[in-house]
Amino acid sequence: MIKNFLYETGRYLLFLRRVFSRPEKWRLSVRQFFVETEKLVINSIPLIALISVFIGAVLVIQTSNNMTSPFLPKMYIGYMTRESLILEFCSTMVCLILAGKIGSNISSELGTMRITEQIDAMEMMGINSANFLVLPKILATTILNPLLTLMSFIVGLLGGYLIIVLTGMIKVSDYLTGIQFAFNGYYITYSLIKTAVFSFIISSISAFYGYCATGGSLGVGRSATKAIVVASALILTFNLILTRIML
Amino acid sequence: MITVRHLSKYFDGRPAVKDISVEYMPGQCSLVIGASGSGKTVLLKSIVGLLEPEEGEVLFDTTVFNRLPAAEKKKIHCRMGMLFQGSALFDFATARENVRFPLDFFSQMSREEKADRVEFCLRRVGLENIGDKYPSELSGGMQKRVGIARAIALNPQYLFCDEPNSGLDPQTSVMIDRLIQEITAEYNITTVINTHDMNSVMEIGDKVVFIYKGEKCWEGSRDNILTSDNRNLEEFIFASRMARELKLRYGNGSPSQD
Ligand SMILES: Nc1ncnc2c1ncn2[C@@H]1O[C@H](COP(=O)(O)OP(=O)(O)OP(=O)(O)O)[C@@H](O)[C@H]1O
Ligand SMILES: [Mg+2]
Repeated sequence: MIKNFLYETGRYLLFLRRVFSRPEKWRLSVRQFFVETEKLVINSIPLIALISVFIGAVLVIQTSNNMTSPFLPKMYIGYMTRESLILEFCSTMVCLILAGKIGSNISSELGTMRITEQIDAMEMMGINSANFLVLPKILATTILNPLLTLMSFIVGLLGGYLIIVLTGMIKVSDYLTGIQFAFNGYYITYSLIKTAVFSFIISSISAFYGYCATGGSLGVGRSATKAIVVASALILTFNLILTRIML
Repeated sequence: MITVRHLSKYFDGRPAVKDISVEYMPGQCSLVIGASGSGKTVLLKSIVGLLEPEEGEVLFDTTVFNRLPAAEKKKIHCRMGMLFQGSALFDFATARENVRFPLDFFSQMSREEKADRVEFCLRRVGLENIGDKYPSELSGGMQKRVGIARAIALNPQYLFCDEPNSGLDPQTSVMIDRLIQEITAEYNITTVINTHDMNSVMEIGDKVVFIYKGEKCWEGSRDNILTSDNRNLEEFIFASRMARELKLRYGNGSPSQD
């Protein structure tokens, strides 16, 4: 078990070494970067926005239900919603969702290329396929997913706002005061760094399992499942580690 | 020239290719024939470095290829063209982009020169009009031909084809065979072709290697293959009824005296 873990880790590190070598042709890799950005980041916007708006609304409802004490100002509903969003939802939860979405995309795409010998064909041409195919994916998600986190934060606050306007459960001005109350900019940094780390985990792990897929279409399915499970477990672990270090 | 010396490749302790030694000459089409599962693909992949053979060595001209460090291997890879048994076209690119892919990476051509070269290669395989289609929109035979166009795009010094005309109609098969033969002679390419198509053997088999259960069983050319007295080879060639009848009609002599 431990031997197996060390073996896999070693293979993963060797894989990363091939990924992070100098691109053959910068121009082609940059073009690939934009292709991956659209596929992995831009296409995730609708899903993340949809989930965030609902979560924002639900957080407002739950918080207000739990704050029945007349001594607590209603403003705290906005404050608590904001803190929940920025500290945990917009980074960790969003990344767990992305692990499913882009993780399965990356690993099934690379897995299919592996079993249909497209990766072999690339190697035969003398191209470092790991570098050409994987590096743009890792860079696009690691650099740009933090923007998704920011968007999720804003849309989540908007969701809270909308539910208050629609139901009138508290005064809108209380909510607006609350979400500006005792604002700690460092939490944003913390959240963005977490997202960058988690995105690196998602893209590199799922690329690793896809790139090394064997055993036909069953193998592709297996690699996608394994990628999502391992990436999610690592996200939770690193969430703990980063939170311990940074907060 | 490619020299293979005592090459063996095992899967889970069982040999798929056993102690094969053979030489492939430039300017010649060398055909490797054998039944399905006899080890043709494994031999080819071991030669080009996609599989690591456990024993033996592969020499490209005078360099021992299979022990080179990755960076050196790459230089030789740039001079190879390969057609895979399943075509292995890139799904994310159109037929034209597939052919242009190696050019983009390794040629110093201008944009127009590349476009010309791509059109030239597609024309040679008889596919001028499908440049904008994706592999999933092409028939199996068309994919094969795009694969060939991609393999020859960079004017390779070594050309490897794994079953170039399986799944093609007889007419297109002959066209592909002729094409491979022509470019082999024209550019003095060392060409290795896996096939089980006897038509190809008679058409272009400058050299023929017969593999039986992973071992080299016979070696010769199209001129003496029909008269060989190797039992396994005979069974392989004269498996079909038509072949048997032809053989009966012409006795054991050469049937090609029209
Ligand atoms: N990756 C692999 N793992 C285990 N065994 C393999 C692997 N690849 C090939 N083999 C075995 O090696 C033997 C030779 O296979 P190979 O693909 O070379 O046959 P072939 O001559 O190309 O057949 P065909 O004409 O059908 O393509 C087969 O018995 C096959 O089961
Ligand atoms: Mg084969």
